[in-house]
Amino acid sequence: MSTFTMLRRKGGKMAKTVKKLKKSIRSVPAGSPIVPKLVEDAGLIKPVSRRVSRNGRGKPSFLGYRRENGRVGIRNHVIILPLDDLSNAACEAVGNNIKGTLAIPHPYGRLQFGEDLELHFRTLIGTGKNANVAAVIVIGIESAWTQRVVDGIAKSGKPVAGFSIEQNGDHKIIASASRQAKEFVHWASELTRENCSVDELWISVKCGESDTTSGLASNPTVGNFIDKMDSWGATTCFGETSEITGAEMVCAARGKTAAIGAKFTKTWQAYMDDVIEQFKTDDLSDSQPTKGNIEGGLTTIEEKAFGNLEKIGKKTCFIDVLEPAEEPKKGSGLYFMDTSSAAAECVTLQAAAGFVVHLFPTGQGNIVGNPIEPVIKLTANPRTYRTMTEHIDYNCSGILRRDMNLNQAGDGLIDICLRTCNGRHTAAEALGHRQFVLTKLYRSA
Amino acid sequence: MEDISAGKTLQGWMMATDGNLRLKCLNDIPIGHKVALVNIKKGDTIMKYGHDIGKAIADIKKGGHVHVHNVKTKRW
Repeated sequence: MSTFTMLRRKGGKMAKTVKKLKKSIRSVPAGSPIVPKLVEDAGLIKPVSRRVSRNGRGKPSFLGYRRENGRVGIRNHVIILPLDDLSNAACEAVGNNIKGTLAIPHPYGRLQFGEDLELHFRTLIGTGKNANVAAVIVIGIESAWTQRVVDGIAKSGKPVAGFSIEQNGDHKIIASASRQAKEFVHWASELTRENCSVDELWISVKCGESDTTSGLASNPTVGNFIDKMDSWGATTCFGETSEITGAEMVCAARGKTAAIGAKFTKTWQAYMDDVIEQFKTDDLSDSQPTKGNIEGGLTTIEEKAFGNLEKIGKKTCFIDVLEPAEEPKKGSGLYFMDTSSAAAECVTLQAAAGFVVHLFPTGQGNIVGNPIEPVIKLTANPRTYRTMTEHIDYNCSGILRRDMNLNQAGDGLIDICLRTCNGRHTAAEALGHRQFVLTKLYRSA
Repeated sequence: MEDISAGKTLQGWMMATDGNLRLKCLNDIPIGHKVALVNIKKGDTIMKYGHDIGKAIADIKKGGHVHVHNVKTKRW
């Protein structure tokens, strides 16, 4: 007898059982997964002991990879980096051949010129130099620009090798690059993590799909984190030139000196003049805040911008203004970088500048990830946590229920950040989100 | 956190000061939207995060819904 007929015969009784089952599922508290998603929550292991001292005694530490140039990484990638779109296929073939490597394809690199070309090189070289990368294979269609990327990355002291396809063909290059990549993997996989202090950690931040909960809770949680990290001497970075519009005066006032504030204002004004004034079709009041922002309760562009700016904390001042993908040079502290507000573009630029771990507060549920810089996602929106649990690394919705205060939320974020630095995979890493999106300033020749 | 219907009395919490407040709501307030804590006159500046986020373009009674229908940026 099939299960189906058995159930049918028992008719009424079965219906009752189903009803009962449905009721019991519904009684699971909102947010609790039916299949336990967090190992800690399921009681399968003892939670990792907290490394964070709440009273500020001593700086927290983590286990990182110290690179040839002294910079500290939290991942140990061997990347296969294409110079241009034409070389993606060969890079992906090498990535498939040699396990433990990561190909990061992208759509650009041909006939670019001027500032746009400089940014292309800066982003590729910076990505290769990032301390989360142990070694690099560069593949390009021709040798001159390929060599330029190789030479740029080699300045960091890490192993890098370049291959060019013209007059060789994919098969020959894939074979040579695969042999080299295999040696890099053997070498990199023997590197070990060592104890590093948070003052050696470079952290970037950017928010996305913002709503009221972002400005009230998840962004201030990041702000609390930044204030604490700044006092410990970490190097941090925020960006989003366009989304600061509405709070630009207040942002400028957060420059460490008037000159740094003025440098920010100049960058912001250039964006307004060169991009908005050139391409706008109305006064922006119809697109900022977005329809989704308004639906979520945000009324004006100022309200959205001030909510965004909560990410830099209450007291931390930025010490320099960076070009897109420019490496910070003024030592530890908070930096502003001129970036797009599109999530993947912004994180890609920050990773290229050398940042090794990213904090991403989201309201409605952005799912961005980066191939080399782990993106830690937090939300204070209980519905987003419930509907998109698999994307969220840190749930701070308790702030709005008064289950935790900002100080506790910030400590919790430090905890998950250091665990990520120690090697814990983020949701975006586990789900394979590797958005490597190059910023293009204008069309190619 | 949930949607609030008109006529309900709210118990609120001020994050900045950790203070409590009670307020009778005059309108339905969807999740994430703002409510006036005092009587607001047309032209008054609306403050959030301790900053000017725009001006009232209509009188708003204490407990009223504050959004795009009665508040606009001063920028445009």
